[in-house]
Amino acid sequence: MARDDVKTGYKLIGTRPNRPDGLDKVTGRARYGADFALPGMLHAAVVRSPHAHARIVKIDASKALALDGVKAVVTRADLPTGLTGEDLNLQDNTLAGEKALYDGHAVAAVAATSQLLAQDAARLIEVTYEVLPHVTDVDAAMAPGAPVIREGVADYSVPEGMNGNVARHMEFGHGDVEAGFAAADIVREQTYKTEATHQGYIEPHACVAQMGEDGRGEMWVCTQGHWYIRRMCASVLGIEAANLRVTPSEIGGGFGGKTTIFMEPLPLALSKKAGGRPVKLVMSRSEVLRATGPTASASMDVKIGMKKDGTITAGQVFFRMQGGAFPGMSPIGEALPCAFACYDIPALKHEAVEVIANRPKAAAYRAPGSPMAAFAVESLVDEMCRELKLDPIAVRLKNGARNGSKSSYGPVYNVIGLAETLEAAKAHPNYAIPLGKNQGRGVASGFWFNHGGETSVSLAVGEDGTATVMIGTPDIGGSRASIGLMVAETLGIPYEDVRVNVVETGALGVNEPTHGSRATFASGKAAVEAARAAIKEMCKRAAAEWEIDAEAVEWKDGAAHPAGPNAGKFPPMTIGEIGSKMGGSGGPISGHHEVTAEGVGASFGTHVVDVEVDPETGRTTVLRYLVVQDAGTAIHPAYVEGQYQGGAAQGIGWALNEEYVYGTDGRLQNPIFLDYRIPVASDLPMIDTVIVEVPNPGHPYGVRGVGETGITPPLPAVASAIAGATGVRIRSLPCSPPKVLAAIKAKG
Amino acid sequence: MAKVHLWASLRRFAEGQEVVEVEAATVGQLLDALERAHPGLGPAIKAGLSVAVDGEVIANNRAAPVAPGSEVFLLQRLKGG
Amino acid sequence: MSKIHVTTTVNGDPVEFLADPRETLLDALRNHLDLTGTKEGCGTGDCGACSVTVDGTLVCSCLMLAAEANGKRVETIEGMAGEELHPLQRKFIEHAALQCGFCTPGILVAAKALLERNANPTDTEIRYWLAGNLCRCTGYDKIIRAVQDAAAEMRGAA
Repeated sequence: MARDDVKTGYKLIGTRPNRPDGLDKVTGRARYGADFALPGMLHAAVVRSPHAHARIVKIDASKALALDGVKAVVTRADLPTGLTGEDLNLQDNTLAGEKALYDGHAVAAVAATSQLLAQDAARLIEVTYEVLPHVTDVDAAMAPGAPVIREGVADYSVPEGMNGNVARHMEFGHGDVEAGFAAADIVREQTYKTEATHQGYIEPHACVAQMGEDGRGEMWVCTQGHWYIRRMCASVLGIEAANLRVTPSEIGGGFGGKTTIFMEPLPLALSKKAGGRPVKLVMSRSEVLRATGPTASASMDVKIGMKKDGTITAGQVFFRMQGGAFPGMSPIGEALPCAFACYDIPALKHEAVEVIANRPKAAAYRAPGSPMAAFAVESLVDEMCRELKLDPIAVRLKNGARNGSKSSYGPVYNVIGLAETLEAAKAHPNYAIPLGKNQGRGVASGFWFNHGGETSVSLAVGEDGTATVMIGTPDIGGSRASIGLMVAETLGIPYEDVRVNVVETGALGVNEPTHGSRATFASGKAAVEAARAAIKEMCKRAAAEWEIDAEAVEWKDGAAHPAGPNAGKFPPMTIGEIGSKMGGSGGPISGHHEVTAEGVGASFGTHVVDVEVDPETGRTTVLRYLVVQDAGTAIHPAYVEGQYQGGAAQGIGWALNEEYVYGTDGRLQNPIFLDYRIPVASDLPMIDTVIVEVPNPGHPYGVRGVGETGITPPLPAVASAIAGATGVRIRSLPCSPPKVLAAIKAKG
Repeated sequence: MAKVHLWASLRRFAEGQEVVEVEAATVGQLLDALERAHPGLGPAIKAGLSVAVDGEVIANNRAAPVAPGSEVFLLQRLKGG
Repeated sequence: MSKIHVTTTVNGDPVEFLADPRETLLDALRNHLDLTGTKEGCGTGDCGACSVTVDGTLVCSCLMLAAEANGKRVETIEGMAGEELHPLQRKFIEHAALQCGFCTPGILVAAKALLERNANPTDTEIRYWLAGNLCRCTGYDKIIRAVQDAAAEMRGAA
């Protein structure tokens, strides 16, 4: 790999300096969504449906409005009409129209002079409902006779004759699967289920918004993408995007769940109705769990043919996924291509349907669709490896995708690092540790596409030779540090001389959110190009001073140098000298780069987990955990490791504990952290990491996004380890103690 | 002519063909030509598509180049977390 | 509803405010005293983002009424650093023990309370002490390492 030679020359990339926002975040000074306040600010509260499915007959806010200090109430009647498509879905989710579609669906909002008063007023808003039949389970929603919860949700892709709750259909594949199954020594077929889980960011959604009677507004909001917030709020409220200025706060976790809007238009609408007074709205935890965007629940059939030597001859999947009461939200379009993405198999058939159900509108969650797909496919591969007594890593190496393999979803892979992750996992000491009684080991691989997307970055050279970088992707996990490192490396100046700021919507062109593992990749790529543009200008300034051609100047170690002896003999001109004189040499020096970034490198990882299962209680203890993943190039390795560890922890939670539990009444039974139990410190061991580096040719420093793949392998790896420990296979997540215990008892 | 591979459920909008050949220098031209030749594909294209051109996934860029003989796969528009 | 006059000490400073009887200590810190470093993640005592100490005892400030703080000594994240950062704060930055940083104030307050009781905890003791402080980003690995490193440094300095 040619880039490895380049890599040895890096001065800063690959080091682990302190993140620039670290001080603010350990002292409590960093300002998150709920930490903003403005003079004259009102507080808002939301009235939510207690029914899974109900017609809204009447909303009477007169008692609430009669309270002193209550300034405004908004209902759907206050929002513009005539929206279509996803804009209409967003508006329908912001405030219910004719029907409430899930437990927690917002029906009205109120603004008052204090938080307590707003809550009191919300309780006084009387809503009359006509309760309708509901359905929350994905298979039940598809069953004959299921209540059809919305008419006309099917798009062009749904063939005639499908159940009325089916919104989308997808099918693709290659090769002859029947011939493939005929050529196999064993063909196995199973059904797997995963429940909906929530991203579980610790910071609830929060914003402060102000909008005048002229429709000009401003908001401070915790979000992964403030241009998305601007566009969506503008659509829902019928205002112009340019009239809305959105400043992102620090963000307390997102994982995909803060790439869209839920309540954000409400404080704008309330502010406008309350004479332009700013309005703050902060969700409670139960509102977050009931009414933001969890992931889809899935029911998945998998069929695989394998020869005795482990060669996979064919694979077939049929996925059913529900993403709430709105079409287009379940990740079937991602889950299907991810299902067999780690393999090079001659014959594959993929089919999926999206079903709507009376649940909240799903949002993206870290590698959307991939963890469920991996649970189904990797679990069955593991079952077949155990049946044929084959090593799971050897089988994956035998069938694994490599450079030039035709991917399961069609295109040929360019440069990928799956095999390298498998080899590194095999060589890791964890893979050789002997297992004791009631212990088992699980292995799984995972994939995510990664994403580039719309990106705009500016860089300004300071008078003292420092550089300020303006990016539009909120920093959720250290991307200011990684982008600062790349800019400093490019300019040849110290890391401490680069300040990276996340700026508001008025300061840059449109940026997509921090999603798709793109911040370090895409904002980083654009920042490097912006730095190169500034270097070009600085070389021009030096050339003018030296009275030589700009082409005869080269940039290294933070200074302009004459390129070779023919260019003339001049001492290097540093960025500080150029910066201090730029006013007189032509004006401020900036670099910009605006691009829809392409060239993402696909991301692969392999996990190995050892568990011990208590046969008396069914409780699973994770003994040790290994994440191996290809980072392309690890710019700041500590934050790369952090992404691996955090993804693994979320995946372990999904595998062992986390699930949305709906009662027969269609209401969410566990909308607090006590009952929706995410992993706590005492649930987990240290999470070992190996960073594999197969540089991505599509990035100037070889970066691949690292954020998402890590959540994918834990689901099947943990279930497979439990199978190894107990001899029972759990095919329906989570592997909670009662479920595991019942399976052990049933086996006898 | 670029070879465009349609996923199975799109083929019924293109007379059952799995691979459709179109003349195009960019992704945008390719999608326009597809819709002209097979109007039934219009809703799918309007719903948002990603494409892979010779192995490179193009999430959303009509200006991305397509070469004569490029192998192009249509994908549903991808989301990320 | 008539309000209660509360006099208390926060990070060594005397303060007073009028609290609605229903307001929590967390509400009072954030809304009356502008000490927004203490975070609300759940409001039900499950996440620990609102951890503070009251007369030296670690509590979830969302579970305590503001009026109960009368006459007490409250310590929050804002009072943790003196002239220099507390070793825990420094080690959290050095070990990349935070990603989004939202749970960090609560975890730092809780970890400081641990090290005041147990200067040389095992990994397991740290994990159980911090089990009431949820972090969704890190998987806790780097947090445990940062606490151990800070504890070692503090023992060395003592």
